[in-house]
Amino acid sequence: MNNIFSTVPIQHYIILSAVLFSIGVIGVLTRRNAIIIFMSVEIMLNSVNLLLAAFSTYHNDAAGQIFVFFIMAVAAAEVAVGLAIIVMIYRNINTVDINDLNRLKG
Amino acid sequence: MLSSLFYFLAFVSIFFAFMVVVSKNPVHSVLYLILTFFTVAGHYLLLNAQFLALVHIVVYAGAIMVLFLFVIMLLNLNAEKEPINTNLMKFAGAIAGGSLMLVLIAVFSKINTLEPAHAANTQIGLIKNLGMVLYTEYILPFEIASILFLVSMIGAVILAKKNPHTS
Repeated sequence: MNNIFSTVPIQHYIILSAVLFSIGVIGVLTRRNAIIIFMSVEIMLNSVNLLLAAFSTYHNDAAGQIFVFFIMAVAAAEVAVGLAIIVMIYRNINTVDINDLNRLKG
Repeated sequence: MLSSLFYFLAFVSIFFAFMVVVSKNPVHSVLYLILTFFTVAGHYLLLNAQFLALVHIVVYAGAIMVLFLFVIMLLNLNAEKEPINTNLMKFAGAIAGGSLMLVLIAVFSKINTLEPAHAANTQIGLIKNLGMVLYTEYILPFEIASILFLVSMIGAVILAKKNPHTS
């Protein structure tokens, strides 16, 4: 298999990651369901992972792919704790609508 | 051939990511998210990063998505219960996110990049080579990650446990 960068320039990977990241940002800004917001954060993490892996292959340096591996590990831990928090919120106020999470207001 | 595969995968992953954001039903969002993850795994394969593609499918499609589906079905969320933002908020969010996308693309399309590495057939993404680096140079972060998992496991159990004083 030939190197992908002989046919696809690195800029296209950057643009793909930027678009995916922005879709994640739009999801965080426009949705009110806490779980969907969480999924949008996952999309943003994935776009960054993809760009790290692309640069790692581009420069033939393994460090980028190791970073992606650790980001995945942290993301898995983060999802477990985050979903536990969402379940806890649902148990207390019976909704996952973030607009109802204003109890900390003075 | 490779480049057309890349553009196809890129289009599909953007489409599915978009569908995650606009789907009314949270279960549909999760299913679209799984498809997005599979297309990202396809990108890793194109980059000749087989180890990452495998780990990505195992961790995301195997573990994280099962957690998401479990929670959504446990909480019995569906399209009728879905909280909807006002149109003004949706519009404002889309404008803000679209502006971010425009700025990112405009900036990154102007940068000068180094020439790609000369290795025509890069092998660093294979499990053997990546494992060598992971278990020699990055052994300390690897061990610390296990502590992180232990902490997050205990934290998730304690958080999700029913509190005997409240119920």
